[in-house]
Amino acid sequence: MRYNINDLLSSILAFELFLRSGYGCGRGFSEDILQDIDGKICGQNDNIVFILLWHVIHLIVRVIYLAQEVLRAIESYLVTNGFVTTYQPLNLNRVKYLGIVIDSDEARQISEVIQLLDWLSAIGVKKVCLYDREGVLKKSKEVLVERFSSAKLSNEDSKIDPIFTKTQMQFEFVSISDGKEAVAKAANLLFNKYYLDGDTEKPFFTEADLSNALKTLGVVEPDPDLLFIYGPARCHLGFPAWRIRYTEIVHMGPLKHKKYGLILKAIHKYTKVKQNYGS
Amino acid sequence: MDIKQRTQMYTSLSSFARKCIFGILSVATLPNHIAFIMDGNRRYSKQHNLVDGEGHKVGYSSLMSMLRYCYELGVKYVTVYAFSIENFKRSPEEVQSLMDLMEEKIEGLIKEESLVNQYGVRVYFIGNLKLLNKSVRLAAARAMDATAKNSKAVLLICIAYTSTDEILHSVEESCEEKWDEIKVLNDKKHEKDIISVLDIERHMYMAVAPDPDIIIRTSGETRLSNFLLWQSSNCLLCSPSVLWPEIGFRHLVQAILGFQYNLYYLNKQKQT
Repeated sequence: MRYNINDLLSSILAFELFLRSGYGCGRGFSEDILQDIDGKICGQNDNIVFILLWHVIHLIVRVIYLAQEVLRAIESYLVTNGFVTTYQPLNLNRVKYLGIVIDSDEARQISEVIQLLDWLSAIGVKKVCLYDREGVLKKSKEVLVERFSSAKLSNEDSKIDPIFTKTQMQFEFVSISDGKEAVAKAANLLFNKYYLDGDTEKPFFTEADLSNALKTLGVVEPDPDLLFIYGPARCHLGFPAWRIRYTEIVHMGPLKHKKYGLILKAIHKYTKVKQNYGS
Repeated sequence: MDIKQRTQMYTSLSSFARKCIFGILSVATLPNHIAFIMDGNRRYSKQHNLVDGEGHKVGYSSLMSMLRYCYELGVKYVTVYAFSIENFKRSPEEVQSLMDLMEEKIEGLIKEESLVNQYGVRVYFIGNLKLLNKSVRLAAARAMDATAKNSKAVLLICIAYTSTDEILHSVEESCEEKWDEIKVLNDKKHEKDIISVLDIERHMYMAVAPDPDIIIRTSGETRLSNFLLWQSSNCLLCSPSVLWPEIGFRHLVQAILGFQYNLYYLNKQKQT
Protein backbone atom coordinates (compact mmCIF):
# COMPACT_ATOMS: atom_id res chain seq x y z
CA MET A 1 0.00 0.00 0.00
CA ARG A 2 2.79 2.40 0.95
CA TYR A 3 4.69 1.52 -2.26
CA ASN A 4 1.65 2.45 -4.37
CA ILE A 5 1.16 5.74 -2.55
CA ASN A 6 4.82 6.68 -3.14
CA ASP A 7 4.38 5.86 -6.84
CA LEU A 8 1.30 8.07 -6.98
CA LEU A 9 3.15 10.89 -5.21
CA SER A 10 6.05 10.66 -7.69
CA SER A 11 3.69 10.84 -10.67
CA ILE A 12 1.90 13.86 -9.22
CA LEU A 13 5.23 15.61 -8.57
CA ALA A 14 6.37 14.82 -12.11
CA PHE A 15 3.14 16.23 -13.54
CA GLU A 16 3.51 19.35 -11.42
CA LEU A 17 7.08 19.80 -12.67
CA PHE A 18 5.89 19.39 -16.26
CA LEU A 19 3.10 21.94 -15.84
CA ARG A 20 5.38 24.49 -14.25
CA SER A 21 8.39 24.20 -16.53
CA GLY A 22 6.13 24.02 -19.57
CA TYR A 23 4.22 27.14 -18.67
CA GLY A 24 7.26 28.82 -17.18
CA CYS A 25 5.39 30.30 -14.25
CA GLY A 26 8.18 32.72 -13.51
CA ARG A 27 10.22 30.03 -11.80
CA GLY A 28 12.12 28.89 -14.90
CA PHE A 29 14.57 26.18 -14.01
CA SER A 30 13.93 22.71 -12.56
CA GLU A 31 16.25 23.28 -9.59
CA ASP A 32 14.26 26.37 -8.71
CA ILE A 33 10.99 24.43 -8.93
CA LEU A 34 12.32 21.55 -6.81
CA GLN A 35 13.61 24.02 -4.23
CA ASP A 36 10.18 25.62 -4.20
CA ILE A 37 8.38 22.30 -3.57
CA ASP A 38 11.04 21.26 -1.03
CA GLY A 39 10.84 24.54 0.82
CA LYS A 40 7.09 24.31 1.21
CA ILE A 41 6.93 20.76 2.56
CA CYS A 42 8.37 21.54 5.96
CA GLY A 43 5.12 21.96 7.80
CA GLN A 44 3.95 20.01 10.80
CA ASN A 45 2.23 17.13 9.06
CA ASP A 46 4.38 14.38 7.55
CA ASN A 47 1.67 11.78 7.07
CA ILE A 48 2.04 10.38 3.54
CA VAL A 49 -1.70 10.42 2.83
CA PHE A 50 -1.98 14.09 3.77
CA ILE A 51 1.12 14.93 1.72
CA LEU A 52 -0.50 13.24 -1.28
CA LEU A 53 -3.77 15.10 -0.75
CA TRP A 54 -1.87 18.39 -0.39
CA HIS A 55 -0.17 17.85 -3.75
CA VAL A 56 -3.49 16.94 -5.35
CA ILE A 57 -5.13 20.11 -4.02
CA HIS A 58 -2.25 22.30 -5.17
CA LEU A 59 -2.30 20.64 -8.56
CA ILE A 60 -5.99 21.47 -8.85
CA VAL A 61 -5.20 25.06 -7.78
CA ARG A 62 -2.51 25.27 -10.46
CA VAL A 63 -4.87 23.96 -13.15
CA ILE A 64 -7.52 26.49 -12.05
CA TYR A 65 -4.98 29.35 -12.27
CA LEU A 66 -3.94 28.15 -15.74
CA ALA A 67 -7.57 28.02 -16.87
CA GLN A 68 -8.12 31.54 -15.51
CA GLU A 69 -5.03 32.71 -17.42
CA VAL A 70 -6.42 31.24 -20.66
CA LEU A 71 -9.77 32.97 -20.08
CA ARG A 72 -7.97 36.25 -19.41
CA ALA A 73 -6.02 35.86 -22.65
CA ILE A 74 -9.26 35.33 -24.58
CA GLU A 75 -10.91 38.30 -22.86
CA SER A 76 -7.92 40.52 -23.62
CA TYR A 77 -7.98 39.44 -27.27
CA LEU A 78 -11.67 40.31 -27.55
CA VAL A 79 -11.18 43.72 -25.90
CA THR A 80 -8.02 44.62 -27.85
CA ASN A 81 -9.58 43.78 -31.19
CA GLY A 82 -12.81 45.63 -30.58
CA PHE A 83 -15.20 42.69 -30.20
CA VAL A 84 -16.01 43.82 -26.67
CA THR A 85 -16.54 47.56 -26.34
CA THR A 86 -17.66 47.76 -22.68
CA TYR A 87 -14.41 49.40 -21.64
CA GLN A 88 -14.44 52.21 -24.14
CA PRO A 89 -14.51 55.17 -24.09
CA LEU A 90 -12.08 55.35 -21.20
CA ASN A 91 -12.38 58.24 -18.77
CA LEU A 92 -8.68 58.82 -18.16
CA ASN A 93 -9.22 62.01 -16.17
CA ARG A 94 -9.78 59.95 -13.05
CA VAL A 95 -6.38 58.30 -13.36
CA LYS A 96 -4.20 61.28 -12.57
CA TYR A 97 -1.20 59.25 -11.51
CA LEU A 98 -0.61 55.60 -12.37
CA GLY A 99 1.87 53.57 -10.36
CA ILE A 100 3.49 50.40 -11.71
CA VAL A 101 5.23 47.88 -9.48
CA ILE A 102 7.41 45.41 -11.40
CA ASP A 103 9.20 42.42 -9.93
CA SER A 104 12.93 43.25 -10.14
CA ASP A 105 13.86 40.06 -12.01
CA GLU A 106 11.22 40.80 -14.64
CA ALA A 107 12.24 44.47 -14.78
CA ARG A 108 15.59 43.38 -16.21
CA GLN A 109 13.75 42.52 -19.47
CA ILE A 110 13.78 46.14 -20.54
CA SER A 111 12.08 45.39 -23.87
CA GLU A 112 9.02 44.12 -21.98
CA VAL A 113 8.96 47.31 -19.89
CA ILE A 114 9.22 49.44 -23.03
CA GLN A 115 6.33 47.54 -24.65
CA LEU A 116 4.17 48.08 -21.55
CA LEU A 117 4.95 51.79 -21.56
CA ASP A 118 4.20 51.92 -25.31
CA TRP A 119 0.74 50.53 -24.59
CA LEU A 120 0.13 52.99 -21.74
CA SER A 121 1.27 55.82 -23.94
CA ALA A 122 -1.15 54.71 -26.67
CA ILE A 123 -4.01 54.58 -24.12
CA GLY A 124 -3.18 58.14 -23.12
CA VAL A 125 -1.66 57.79 -19.66
CA LYS A 126 0.59 60.78 -19.05
CA LYS A 127 2.16 60.37 -15.64
CA VAL A 128 3.62 57.09 -14.47
CA CYS A 129 5.46 56.13 -11.33
CA LEU A 130 7.74 53.13 -11.94
CA TYR A 131 8.73 51.07 -8.92
CA ASP A 132 10.88 48.00 -8.52
CA ARG A 133 12.46 46.86 -5.31
CA GLU A 134 16.11 46.75 -6.33
CA GLY A 135 16.16 49.89 -8.49
CA VAL A 136 16.70 48.08 -11.80
CA LEU A 137 14.36 50.52 -13.54
CA LYS A 138 16.25 53.49 -12.08
CA LYS A 139 19.32 52.23 -13.95
CA SER A 140 17.38 52.32 -17.23
CA LYS A 141 16.08 55.82 -16.54
CA GLU A 142 17.88 57.53 -19.42
CA VAL A 143 16.77 54.95 -21.97
CA LEU A 144 13.14 55.19 -20.95
CA VAL A 145 12.97 58.97 -20.56
CA GLU A 146 14.64 59.49 -23.91
CA ARG A 147 12.30 57.12 -25.66
CA PHE A 148 9.10 58.58 -24.29
CA SER A 149 9.87 62.25 -23.99
CA SER A 150 9.86 63.05 -27.67
CA ALA A 151 6.42 64.03 -28.97
CA LYS A 152 7.02 62.38 -32.33
CA LEU A 153 7.09 58.61 -31.96
CA SER A 154 6.83 56.01 -34.67
CA ASN A 155 4.02 53.47 -34.55
CA GLU A 156 5.61 50.90 -36.82
CA ASP A 157 6.31 48.27 -34.16
CA SER A 158 3.02 48.74 -32.37
CA LYS A 159 0.01 46.51 -32.93
CA ILE A 160 -2.24 49.25 -31.62
CA ASP A 161 -4.59 51.11 -33.96
CA PRO A 162 -2.41 53.72 -35.65
CA ILE A 163 -4.95 56.49 -35.15
CA PHE A 164 -3.95 56.52 -31.46
CA THR A 165 -1.18 59.07 -31.17
CA LYS A 166 1.28 58.42 -28.43
CA THR A 167 1.42 61.01 -25.70
CA GLN A 168 4.49 62.38 -24.01
CA MET A 169 4.98 60.67 -20.69
CA GLN A 170 6.44 61.83 -17.42
CA PHE A 171 8.15 59.30 -15.21
CA GLU A 172 9.10 58.99 -11.59
CA PHE A 173 11.50 56.19 -10.66
CA VAL A 174 11.17 54.72 -7.18
CA SER A 175 12.85 51.85 -5.36
CA ILE A 176 13.01 50.36 -1.85
CA SER A 177 15.34 53.11 -0.62
CA ASP A 178 12.56 55.66 -1.18
CA GLY A 179 10.30 53.85 1.26
CA LYS A 180 11.29 53.17 4.85
CA GLU A 181 14.71 54.82 4.55
CA ALA A 182 13.16 58.02 3.25
CA VAL A 183 10.90 58.14 6.31
CA ALA A 184 13.96 57.65 8.56
CA LYS A 185 15.72 60.53 6.77
CA ALA A 186 12.61 62.70 7.17
CA ALA A 187 12.57 61.80 10.88
CA ASN A 188 16.17 63.00 11.15
CA LEU A 189 15.24 66.26 9.39
CA LEU A 190 12.42 66.83 11.87
CA PHE A 191 14.68 65.91 14.79
CA ASN A 192 17.35 68.39 13.70
CA LYS A 193 14.78 71.10 13.03
CA TYR A 194 12.59 70.84 16.11
CA TYR A 195 14.77 69.30 18.79
CA LEU A 196 18.31 70.42 18.21
CA ASP A 197 17.74 73.82 16.70
CA GLY A 198 14.36 74.57 18.20
CA ASP A 199 13.33 75.66 21.68
CA THR A 200 13.12 73.39 24.70
CA GLU A 201 9.36 72.78 24.46
CA LYS A 202 8.33 69.35 23.23
CA PRO A 203 7.27 69.76 19.59
CA PHE A 204 3.96 68.49 18.31
CA PHE A 205 4.33 66.80 14.93
CA THR A 206 1.51 66.48 12.45
CA GLU A 207 1.22 64.33 9.33
CA ALA A 208 1.70 67.53 7.35
CA ASP A 209 5.10 68.05 9.02
CA LEU A 210 6.23 64.58 7.95
CA SER A 211 4.85 65.10 4.43
CA ASN A 212 6.76 68.38 4.15
CA ALA A 213 9.95 66.76 5.40
CA LEU A 214 9.52 64.05 2.75
CA LYS A 215 8.94 66.77 0.13
CA THR A 216 12.24 68.37 1.08
CA LEU A 217 13.88 65.00 0.41
CA GLY A 218 12.40 64.84 -3.08
CA VAL A 219 9.03 63.14 -2.62
CA VAL A 220 7.15 65.82 -4.54
CA GLU A 221 4.84 63.73 -6.68
CA PRO A 222 1.28 62.96 -5.58
CA ASP A 223 0.08 59.58 -4.33
CA PRO A 224 -0.69 57.16 -7.18
CA ASP A 225 -4.46 56.65 -7.72
CA LEU A 226 -4.02 53.21 -9.20
CA LEU A 227 -1.18 50.72 -8.78
CA PHE A 228 -0.58 47.90 -11.27
CA ILE A 229 1.49 45.02 -9.95
CA TYR A 230 3.44 43.03 -12.54
CA GLY A 231 4.83 39.99 -10.78
CA PRO A 232 3.86 36.51 -9.65
CA ALA A 233 1.93 37.61 -6.55
CA ARG A 234 -0.36 40.45 -5.47
CA CYS A 235 2.14 42.15 -3.18
CA HIS A 236 3.33 45.75 -3.38
CA LEU A 237 6.97 44.73 -2.70
CA GLY A 238 7.79 47.68 -0.46
CA PHE A 239 6.28 50.59 -2.40
CA PRO A 240 6.65 53.69 -0.15
CA ALA A 241 4.06 53.25 2.58
CA TRP A 242 3.28 56.96 2.95
CA ARG A 243 2.02 57.12 -0.64
CA ILE A 244 -0.47 54.25 -0.98
CA ARG A 245 -3.08 55.12 1.64
CA TYR A 246 -6.07 54.96 -0.70
CA THR A 247 -4.41 53.61 -3.83
CA GLU A 248 -6.34 50.88 -5.65
CA ILE A 249 -3.98 47.92 -6.05
CA VAL A 250 -4.53 45.62 -9.05
CA HIS A 251 -2.53 42.49 -9.78
CA MET A 252 -1.83 42.16 -13.51
CA GLY A 253 0.15 38.91 -13.49
CA PRO A 254 3.77 38.41 -14.64
CA LEU A 255 5.21 41.09 -16.92
CA LYS A 256 5.89 38.66 -19.76
CA HIS A 257 2.19 37.72 -19.83
CA LYS A 258 0.92 41.31 -19.87
CA LYS A 259 -2.20 41.97 -21.88
CA TYR A 260 -3.37 45.22 -23.45
CA GLY A 261 -7.08 44.46 -23.12
CA LEU A 262 -6.74 43.80 -19.40
CA ILE A 263 -5.07 47.18 -18.85
CA LEU A 264 -8.13 48.82 -20.41
CA LYS A 265 -10.39 46.72 -18.21
CA ALA A 266 -8.46 47.58 -15.03
CA ILE A 267 -8.50 51.32 -15.76
CA HIS A 268 -12.21 51.18 -16.61
CA LYS A 269 -12.97 49.30 -13.39
CA TYR A 270 -11.02 51.92 -11.43
CA THR A 271 -13.06 54.77 -12.92
CA LYS A 272 -16.20 53.12 -11.49
CA VAL A 273 -14.86 52.76 -7.95
CA LYS A 274 -16.47 54.89 -5.23
CA GLN A 275 -14.32 55.58 -2.17
CA ASN A 276 -15.76 56.71 1.16
CA TYR A 277 -12.39 57.58 2.71
CA GLY A 278 -13.62 56.21 6.01
CA SER A 279 -16.89 58.07 6.34
CA MET B 1 -33.73 13.43 15.46
CA ASP B 2 -34.75 16.80 16.82
CA ILE B 3 -33.32 20.15 15.84
CA LYS B 4 -30.83 20.31 18.72
CA GLN B 5 -29.37 16.89 17.89
CA ARG B 6 -29.22 17.76 14.21
CA THR B 7 -27.37 21.02 14.95
CA GLN B 8 -24.96 19.18 17.23
CA MET B 9 -24.26 16.56 14.58
CA TYR B 10 -23.79 19.27 11.94
CA THR B 11 -21.36 21.14 14.21
CA SER B 12 -19.34 17.99 14.94
CA LEU B 13 -19.23 17.03 11.26
CA SER B 14 -18.10 20.54 10.24
CA SER B 15 -15.50 20.51 12.98
CA PHE B 16 -14.20 17.14 11.76
CA ALA B 17 -14.17 18.28 8.12
CA ARG B 18 -12.26 21.41 9.16
CA LYS B 19 -9.70 19.32 11.07
CA CYS B 20 -9.12 17.19 7.94
CA ILE B 21 -8.63 20.23 5.72
CA PHE B 22 -6.32 21.84 8.29
CA GLY B 23 -4.39 18.56 8.40
CA ILE B 24 -3.86 18.75 4.64
CA LEU B 25 -2.94 22.45 4.67
CA SER B 26 -0.42 21.98 7.46
CA VAL B 27 1.69 19.71 5.22
CA ALA B 28 3.26 22.94 4.00
CA THR B 29 4.19 26.12 5.85
CA LEU B 30 1.20 27.97 7.23
CA PRO B 31 0.99 31.75 7.57
CA ASN B 32 2.17 33.00 10.96
CA HIS B 33 0.18 36.24 10.88
CA ILE B 34 -3.10 36.98 9.06
CA ALA B 35 -4.74 40.43 8.99
CA PHE B 36 -8.38 41.20 8.17
CA ILE B 37 -10.01 44.41 6.95
CA MET B 38 -13.62 43.86 7.96
CA ASP B 39 -15.35 45.74 5.14
CA GLY B 40 -19.01 45.39 4.12
CA ASN B 41 -21.08 45.48 7.32
CA ARG B 42 -23.14 48.49 6.26
CA ARG B 43 -23.68 47.10 2.75
CA TYR B 44 -24.85 43.84 4.32
CA SER B 45 -27.31 45.78 6.50
CA LYS B 46 -28.73 47.56 3.44
CA GLN B 47 -28.94 44.38 1.35
CA HIS B 48 -30.81 42.48 4.05
CA ASN B 49 -32.97 45.45 5.10
CA LEU B 50 -31.63 45.38 8.64
CA VAL B 51 -31.76 48.19 11.17
CA ASP B 52 -28.69 50.45 11.01
CA GLY B 53 -25.97 48.93 13.12
CA GLU B 54 -27.23 45.34 12.86
CA GLY B 55 -24.70 44.64 10.13
CA HIS B 56 -21.88 45.33 12.60
CA LYS B 57 -23.35 42.82 15.07
CA VAL B 58 -23.50 40.11 12.39
CA GLY B 59 -19.99 41.15 11.43
CA TYR B 60 -18.89 40.53 15.02
CA SER B 61 -20.05 36.91 14.92
CA SER B 62 -18.22 36.45 11.57
CA LEU B 63 -15.13 37.77 13.33
CA MET B 64 -15.48 35.21 16.12
CA SER B 65 -15.82 32.38 13.58
CA MET B 66 -12.77 33.51 11.60
CA LEU B 67 -10.71 33.82 14.80
CA ARG B 68 -11.77 30.32 15.81
CA TYR B 69 -10.70 28.91 12.43
CA CYS B 70 -7.36 30.75 12.54
CA TYR B 71 -6.49 29.62 16.05
CA GLU B 72 -7.60 26.02 15.33
CA LEU B 73 -5.28 26.03 12.34
CA GLY B 74 -2.43 27.30 14.48
CA VAL B 75 -2.02 30.81 13.08
CA LYS B 76 -0.28 32.59 15.94
CA TYR B 77 -1.03 36.25 15.16
CA VAL B 78 -4.33 37.68 13.89
CA THR B 79 -4.88 41.40 13.34
CA VAL B 80 -8.24 43.01 12.63
CA TYR B 81 -9.03 46.54 11.47
CA ALA B 82 -11.91 47.41 13.77
CA PHE B 83 -12.05 51.20 13.60
CA SER B 84 -10.04 53.70 11.58
CA ILE B 85 -9.29 57.29 12.64
CA GLU B 86 -11.06 58.24 9.39
CA ASN B 87 -14.23 56.51 10.67
CA PHE B 88 -14.64 59.31 13.22
CA LYS B 89 -15.93 61.32 10.24
CA ARG B 90 -19.14 59.24 10.22
CA SER B 91 -22.31 60.53 11.83
CA PRO B 92 -22.02 60.95 15.66
CA GLU B 93 -24.86 58.44 16.15
CA GLU B 94 -23.07 55.77 14.12
CA VAL B 95 -19.74 56.42 15.84
CA GLN B 96 -21.41 56.23 19.26
CA SER B 97 -23.21 52.99 18.42
CA LEU B 98 -19.93 51.49 17.16
CA MET B 99 -18.15 52.58 20.34
CA ASP B 100 -20.92 51.06 22.47
CA LEU B 101 -20.77 47.80 20.51
CA MET B 102 -16.98 47.69 20.87
CA GLU B 103 -17.13 48.34 24.60
CA GLU B 104 -19.71 45.58 25.04
CA LYS B 105 -17.62 43.10 23.01
CA ILE B 106 -14.37 44.04 24.76
CA GLU B 107 -16.02 43.29 28.11
CA GLY B 108 -17.13 39.97 26.61
CA LEU B 109 -13.52 39.10 25.75
CA ILE B 110 -12.49 39.25 29.40
CA LYS B 111 -15.08 36.68 30.47
CA GLU B 112 -13.84 33.24 31.47
CA GLU B 113 -15.63 31.31 28.73
CA SER B 114 -14.67 33.68 25.91
CA LEU B 115 -12.78 32.57 22.83
CA VAL B 116 -9.59 34.34 23.90
CA ASN B 117 -9.33 32.35 27.09
CA GLN B 118 -10.32 29.12 25.31
CA TYR B 119 -7.36 29.44 22.93
CA GLY B 120 -4.94 31.25 25.25
CA VAL B 121 -4.99 34.45 23.21
CA ARG B 122 -3.25 37.62 24.35
CA VAL B 123 -5.10 40.74 23.20
CA TYR B 124 -3.49 44.02 22.17
CA PHE B 125 -5.33 47.19 21.22
CA ILE B 126 -3.37 48.94 18.51
CA GLY B 127 -3.83 52.59 17.63
CA ASN B 128 -4.06 56.09 19.02
CA LEU B 129 -6.15 55.07 22.03
CA LYS B 130 -6.19 58.67 23.35
CA LEU B 131 -8.79 59.41 20.63
CA LEU B 132 -11.27 56.98 22.20
CA ASN B 133 -13.73 57.94 24.90
CA LYS B 134 -12.77 57.10 28.48
CA SER B 135 -14.97 54.03 28.99
CA VAL B 136 -13.75 52.27 25.83
CA ARG B 137 -10.16 53.13 26.67
CA LEU B 138 -10.50 51.71 30.19
CA ALA B 139 -12.24 48.57 28.89
CA ALA B 140 -9.39 48.07 26.41
CA ALA B 141 -6.77 48.50 29.15
CA ARG B 142 -8.63 45.97 31.34
CA ALA B 143 -8.78 43.46 28.47
CA MET B 144 -5.06 43.84 27.78
CA ASP B 145 -4.27 43.30 31.47
CA ALA B 146 -6.60 40.34 31.83
CA THR B 147 -5.09 38.50 28.86
CA ALA B 148 -1.47 39.49 29.47
CA LYS B 149 -0.59 36.02 30.76
CA ASN B 150 -1.97 34.20 27.70
CA SER B 151 0.78 33.05 25.40
CA LYS B 152 -0.53 30.57 22.85
CA ALA B 153 -1.73 33.12 20.30
CA VAL B 154 -2.11 36.88 19.84
CA LEU B 155 -5.04 39.04 18.72
CA LEU B 156 -4.30 42.61 17.64
CA ILE B 157 -7.36 44.83 17.38
CA CYS B 158 -6.66 48.02 15.45
CA ILE B 159 -8.88 50.71 16.89
CA ALA B 160 -8.47 54.47 16.23
CA TYR B 161 -5.69 53.38 13.90
CA THR B 162 -4.26 54.53 10.61
CA SER B 163 -0.88 53.56 9.22
CA THR B 164 0.16 57.18 8.70
CA ASP B 165 -0.73 58.01 12.31
CA GLU B 166 1.28 54.98 13.45
CA ILE B 167 4.31 56.05 11.41
CA LEU B 168 4.02 59.62 12.72
CA HIS B 169 3.73 58.43 16.31
CA SER B 170 6.74 56.20 15.83
CA VAL B 171 8.78 59.12 14.46
CA GLU B 172 7.76 61.24 17.48
CA GLU B 173 8.75 58.50 19.93
CA SER B 174 12.07 57.94 18.15
CA CYS B 175 12.84 61.67 18.34
CA GLU B 176 11.95 61.78 22.04
CA GLU B 177 14.13 58.75 22.75
CA LYS B 178 17.15 60.16 20.92
CA TRP B 179 16.67 63.55 22.61
CA ASP B 180 16.65 61.90 26.05
CA GLU B 181 19.80 59.96 25.15
CA ILE B 182 21.57 63.14 24.06
CA LYS B 183 20.48 64.99 27.20
CA VAL B 184 21.80 62.19 29.42
CA LEU B 185 25.13 62.15 27.63
CA ASN B 186 25.00 65.95 27.61
CA ASP B 187 26.57 65.75 24.23
CA LYS B 188 25.35 67.76 21.27
CA LYS B 189 28.00 66.30 18.98
CA HIS B 190 26.43 63.25 17.37
CA GLU B 191 26.00 61.48 14.05
CA LYS B 192 24.11 63.37 11.43
CA ASP B 193 21.43 60.68 10.90
CA ILE B 194 20.83 59.51 14.40
CA ILE B 195 17.43 57.90 13.77
CA SER B 196 17.47 54.68 11.74
CA VAL B 197 14.73 52.53 10.19
CA LEU B 198 15.17 50.05 13.06
CA ASP B 199 14.51 52.80 15.62
CA ILE B 200 11.28 53.70 13.86
CA GLU B 201 10.19 50.05 13.61
CA ARG B 202 10.84 49.54 17.30
CA HIS B 203 8.38 52.31 18.20
CA MET B 204 5.57 51.16 15.91
CA TYR B 205 2.32 50.13 17.63
CA MET B 206 2.58 46.87 15.62
CA ALA B 207 6.10 46.09 16.89
CA VAL B 208 4.54 43.45 19.18
CA ALA B 209 3.95 41.19 16.17
CA PRO B 210 5.92 40.13 13.09
CA ASP B 211 4.86 41.47 9.66
CA PRO B 212 1.65 39.94 8.33
CA ASP B 213 1.80 37.14 5.74
CA ILE B 214 -1.69 37.70 4.32
CA ILE B 215 -4.03 40.72 4.40
CA ILE B 216 -7.63 39.85 3.52
CA ARG B 217 -10.00 42.69 2.66
CA THR B 218 -13.61 41.69 2.04
CA SER B 219 -16.15 43.34 -0.28
CA GLY B 220 -13.82 43.14 -3.26
CA GLU B 221 -12.22 46.53 -2.59
CA THR B 222 -8.61 46.59 -3.74
CA ARG B 223 -7.17 49.35 -1.54
CA LEU B 224 -5.53 49.09 1.89
CA SER B 225 -7.22 52.23 3.29
CA ASN B 226 -4.28 53.21 5.50
CA PHE B 227 -3.90 49.77 7.10
CA LEU B 228 -0.50 48.18 7.79
CA LEU B 229 1.11 50.04 4.86
CA TRP B 230 4.56 49.87 6.50
CA GLN B 231 4.29 46.18 7.42
CA SER B 232 2.87 44.83 4.15
CA SER B 233 5.99 44.95 1.96
CA ASN B 234 6.14 41.18 1.53
CA CYS B 235 2.55 40.40 2.29
CA LEU B 236 0.02 38.70 0.02
CA LEU B 237 -3.03 40.93 -0.48
CA CYS B 238 -6.35 39.12 -0.99
CA SER B 239 -9.63 40.77 -2.00
CA PRO B 240 -12.50 38.29 -2.01
CA SER B 241 -15.72 39.93 -3.22
CA VAL B 242 -17.79 38.53 -0.33
CA LEU B 243 -19.03 41.00 2.33
CA TRP B 244 -17.50 40.64 5.81
CA PRO B 245 -20.64 39.24 7.55
CA GLU B 246 -20.74 36.53 4.84
CA ILE B 247 -17.10 35.48 5.02
CA GLY B 248 -16.60 31.80 5.70
CA PHE B 249 -14.14 29.00 6.14
CA ARG B 250 -13.60 28.51 2.39
CA HIS B 251 -12.37 32.09 1.96
CA LEU B 252 -9.71 31.49 4.60
CA VAL B 253 -8.69 28.24 2.88
CA GLN B 254 -8.49 30.04 -0.48
CA ALA B 255 -6.24 32.72 0.99
CA ILE B 256 -3.95 30.14 2.60
CA LEU B 257 -3.73 28.13 -0.63
CA GLY B 258 -2.76 31.36 -2.42
CA PHE B 259 -0.13 32.02 0.25
CA GLN B 260 1.32 28.51 -0.12
CA TYR B 261 1.26 28.82 -3.92
CA ASN B 262 3.42 31.96 -3.73
CA LEU B 263 5.49 30.92 -0.71
CA TYR B 264 8.83 30.56 -2.51
CA TYR B 265 8.46 33.97 -4.17
CA LEU B 266 7.35 35.74 -0.97
CA ASN B 267 10.19 34.18 1.05
CA LYS B 268 12.68 35.28 -1.61
CA GLN B 269 11.34 38.84 -1.31
CA LYS B 270 11.70 38.74 2.49
CA GLN B 271 15.38 37.85 2.13
CA THR B 272 16.32 40.74 -0.20
